[in-house]
Amino acid sequence: MEKSMERENIIKKLESELNGVEKLSDLANVKAMFLGREGIVTKLSSKMKEIPNEEKREYGKFLNEIKNEVEEKINFKFQELSDKELKEKLIKDAIDITLPGRKIKKGSLHPLTRITEEFEDLFVSMGYTVYSGVEVESDENCFQKLNIPKGHPARDAQDTFYLKDEFENFLLRSQTSTAQARAMEENTDKGPIRIICPGKVYRRDEDATHSHQFMQIEGLVIDHDVSMADLKGTLELFCKKILGEKTKVRFRPSFFPFTEPSVEVDVTCFKCGGRGCNLCKDTGWIEVLGAGMVHPNVLEMGGYDSKKYQGFAFGTGIDRFAMFKYAIPDIRTIYANDIRFLSQFDRKDVD
Amino acid sequence: MLLSRKFVKDYIELDDKLTIEEIANSMTNVGNEYDYAGPLINATNLITGEVLECDDIPDTHLHKCVVNVGNEKLDIICGAPNVRIGLKVIVALPGAKLPGGEIKKSVIKGYTSNGMLCSLAELGLDNKFLTEKDKNGIHELPNETEIGRDAIKTLGLDDEVIDFELTSNRGDLLSIMGMAYELGAIYKKKVKDIDLSFKENTENIKDSFKVEVKTDKCSLFLAKKAINVEIKDSPEFIKSRLIASGIRPINNVVDISNYVMLETGQPLHFYDADSLGDTLIVRQGNKEETLTTLDGASRILDNSDIVIANKNEAIGLAGVMGGISTEVESNTKNIIIESAIFDSVSIRKTSKKILRSEASNRFEKGLDPKRTYVAIKRSCNLLEKYANATIISGIIEYKQMDINDKKINLRFDKISKVLGIEIERNMVISILNDLGFSVAENKDSVDVVVPTRRGDITIEEDLIEEVGRMYGMDNIVGKLPELNVVVGEYDKTKRAIKHKLADLGLNEIVSYTLISQENINKFTKDKFESIMLNDPMSEDRNTLRYSLLPSLVDSYKYNLAHGNKNVSIFEVGACFYKDDDEYKEELKLGILLSGEYYVDIPARNADFYTLKGIVEELLDYLGYVNRYNFVVDNNISNEFHPHQSASIILQGKNIGVLGKIHPSVLKHDVYLCEINLDKLLGNSPSRMTYKEIPKYPCISKDVAFIVKNNILASDITRIIKKTGGKLLNNISIFDIYTGENIESDEKSIAFNLEFIDPNKTLTMDEVMIVFDKIIEDVCKTFNCKVRDK
Repeated sequence: MEKSMERENIIKKLESELNGVEKLSDLANVKAMFLGREGIVTKLSSKMKEIPNEEKREYGKFLNEIKNEVEEKINFKFQELSDKELKEKLIKDAIDITLPGRKIKKGSLHPLTRITEEFEDLFVSMGYTVYSGVEVESDENCFQKLNIPKGHPARDAQDTFYLKDEFENFLLRSQTSTAQARAMEENTDKGPIRIICPGKVYRRDEDATHSHQFMQIEGLVIDHDVSMADLKGTLELFCKKILGEKTKVRFRPSFFPFTEPSVEVDVTCFKCGGRGCNLCKDTGWIEVLGAGMVHPNVLEMGGYDSKKYQGFAFGTGIDRFAMFKYAIPDIRTIYANDIRFLSQFDRKDVD
Repeated sequence: MLLSRKFVKDYIELDDKLTIEEIANSMTNVGNEYDYAGPLINATNLITGEVLECDDIPDTHLHKCVVNVGNEKLDIICGAPNVRIGLKVIVALPGAKLPGGEIKKSVIKGYTSNGMLCSLAELGLDNKFLTEKDKNGIHELPNETEIGRDAIKTLGLDDEVIDFELTSNRGDLLSIMGMAYELGAIYKKKVKDIDLSFKENTENIKDSFKVEVKTDKCSLFLAKKAINVEIKDSPEFIKSRLIASGIRPINNVVDISNYVMLETGQPLHFYDADSLGDTLIVRQGNKEETLTTLDGASRILDNSDIVIANKNEAIGLAGVMGGISTEVESNTKNIIIESAIFDSVSIRKTSKKILRSEASNRFEKGLDPKRTYVAIKRSCNLLEKYANATIISGIIEYKQMDINDKKINLRFDKISKVLGIEIERNMVISILNDLGFSVAENKDSVDVVVPTRRGDITIEEDLIEEVGRMYGMDNIVGKLPELNVVVGEYDKTKRAIKHKLADLGLNEIVSYTLISQENINKFTKDKFESIMLNDPMSEDRNTLRYSLLPSLVDSYKYNLAHGNKNVSIFEVGACFYKDDDEYKEELKLGILLSGEYYVDIPARNADFYTLKGIVEELLDYLGYVNRYNFVVDNNISNEFHPHQSASIILQGKNIGVLGKIHPSVLKHDVYLCEINLDKLLGNSPSRMTYKEIPKYPCISKDVAFIVKNNILASDITRIIKKTGGKLLNNISIFDIYTGENIESDEKSIAFNLEFIDPNKTLTMDEVMIVFDKIIEDVCKTFNCKVRDK
């Protein structure tokens, strides 16, 4: 038989066998049929010994060619089937990517904590130290050292919670301004002071905008040369950073026993930008802080020489800022601790 | 303080073009805030009319009226019981805006109504100004009223008012005269003089009347006598000014005392001279002394009250309320006028007990002694004019105070130093002059004479404030302080705790410090004395909390009641107790878990180990790795599950508790933990230093022991550690099994043990020697066996 005929027949047979193979596992049988110990191609090579010597070389070449072709075709088929099977496997691995991602429980910081930390970060960056003070204060620190003697009308506005029995001269602090007296006293070298004091305060008051417990932050700077203008600049910076760069600040004269002069500080309404709305009662302004120059009596009672030192102080309600910032209408919501409320504060603030 | 525009016009000439809002805003700019500025009667389109016809509409209380309003006759339906033919009435025409809304032409029961007949209440007049008749029907205008006129003007109520919210230092502004000075300073106008003229007869009060002051709580007491007063209605201008100022007119004499108080700020008291007798005594109250006050109430007095008495008994509470026995009544003929200054703190104390009134408010805020004299003279002037009184000559005067004006030196450089801006010398002087202060110039300062009416001004800084507020506090240009660079500090640990717990999926709460005494000992067996409030708002909030746990449980219950059963919360807050007569304030951390904590699908609930894991994670994070343990403790409160609770011990000291709430306390599975942060953070955290990564490989071996249920994992671990020695690098528990093939009173605990030698590669043989010894020791110690591999 012509070698070329034989080769053609083998390839034809291979092709027909390969055509019938659909699975990778069946391909091994075909491989064995041709290349195995008893395989067609193997058998063909065993004929070598019958081939006369002068033809052996050519026969060898023939064998090689046929073997290569068979292997090539089988390999090609192998690749084809592998690809197909991998593809099928991947299809089988298909998932519903619209199912939700695996949930990881989210926690949250209370909005009052968020605001407090925001204030702290800002003032710390300006060299203020956060002073925690205490929540139960002596009458002396809470009132007398703040220039509010017994029976003073200023005590009117802040009906307070005095303690019982042997602590009758102690109360739950009604304002974080008490930190002024304490900080001055504790600062034994009577040098400059730059602090803020955020914390809980307590007053006998309860409705939609008042809670008997709420949070304030007090700021106090004592130095040789600080003035109302410095106070205004500081508060302008504070309000811009907290409420937005466009915020304007307005000083209105007011009265606090522990500052002289005293001012109330308004900012342009953050809801309407100053055009007038229901939040600002159409005035365009919202009162956010009380402030002033530390009263000389307060400095003296704190052990400071009021001829050498001046100071400014300011205070504001943290709850109010939280209510403004997160549009919380009722202060009672803040203290109800409903999970549906708390869990809304589980994301980063907008810068 | 309600300021009537008509009233203040008596003392200061303000441009009529100024709107009331403009005036109010200019006052705000100098520190006097207001609540309301606008017409006294906030209503429009009101006209006087006369009822011409009035027919009942059958089966209703309504009447079909024809009302003549001058240029036309209107059909108006009216439901008032007192509407009748010939009555002069106030008619709100269609389009009229009343406090209750706009009046529109309407059809009632098939009849057209072209307006409304008004009661005074419908005009927005407060109930206290209404007579019984006015409360029950429409207002009846006098018969002589002209029809077709502006009704508000006819009523004399065409005034404008500003309702000020004054600061507590400005007692001087609780008077029309004080307001006039303030407005004068703003608008640069002179305050007009008050008319103090009156005639006196030849009698002298000192011949027939004397005053004895027997207390140091009265620093100034003046008395005069007016006789033959004629008691009747006040003239309309007095009535309408009182109404505009929020005071109800009564009769001319009583009204005059109020009118003078409004004008001058000095409260007066008029006594029926014949009931009073010949002596008036000012003294402290006696214990258990009683007095029937003007309101008919019998009061028990005490030593802190300042009392006015005659020879026999107490007849009034000074500055607060008079007594009924010497009240000025319709048949009163002769009166004693009292104008005095009483101690503000005493008045405040007594008035808190009895009644806060216009008078007590003024005494509390402090009075101007010069006005005390002005007021008594002014009352004589008005009594003579409007009550036909004869004024007896002479005045009884008791004076124990300095009534001279103060002189304060004001340095120009101090102004700049405090305000941070330069205000020109001339401007400073002009501001002080506008305020009515006289000024003597020196080289670098001025000597300012501050009139006694401004009792709030005592030091240089007060004057700087005056200059600042008139110059405009808002005109101060802000700048940033030039201070030394210092590093601001804050409590990073407290923040780290909160952030870590939030990161672990917990919601931070902020709850109330004040709780009920009933709850104070909940969830703790600690021995402590709690701190209570002297005068709590309610029994629910009468004690300072010792622990955060009652609050956390309350928050849980609140959430459960609102349908939130998955609650993972924490709080960091101060807690309080009494120790050796000192109050203590400690910072604590509380955690509560209930319901789903693992929110994957399907979700799983938190259990004891979830909470323990959170606590371990927190303590490790803070730097206390391997320094704490959890121990079974009989001292834990009975409100915890006795077999699912533990004390947290850090280096031998108890720092907290965790556990499940006892099922008899809460039927749901709720887990609580509290850590005393002051105690925890009193221990310095371990340094964070790098530990060399092992150079040689480790060999890992697993073994599971089947032990009795009551054997603690920590005890097995301890034996393993002891036997394992140096080569044992790490122990972890990776499986707990109960069920098939395990006896019901037993459990299988599977350990993974990791062996390593830092100096060489370990052989299996070396490991097996130790491993087998571990197994032997554990089995011997706990009388247990190894679960089949």
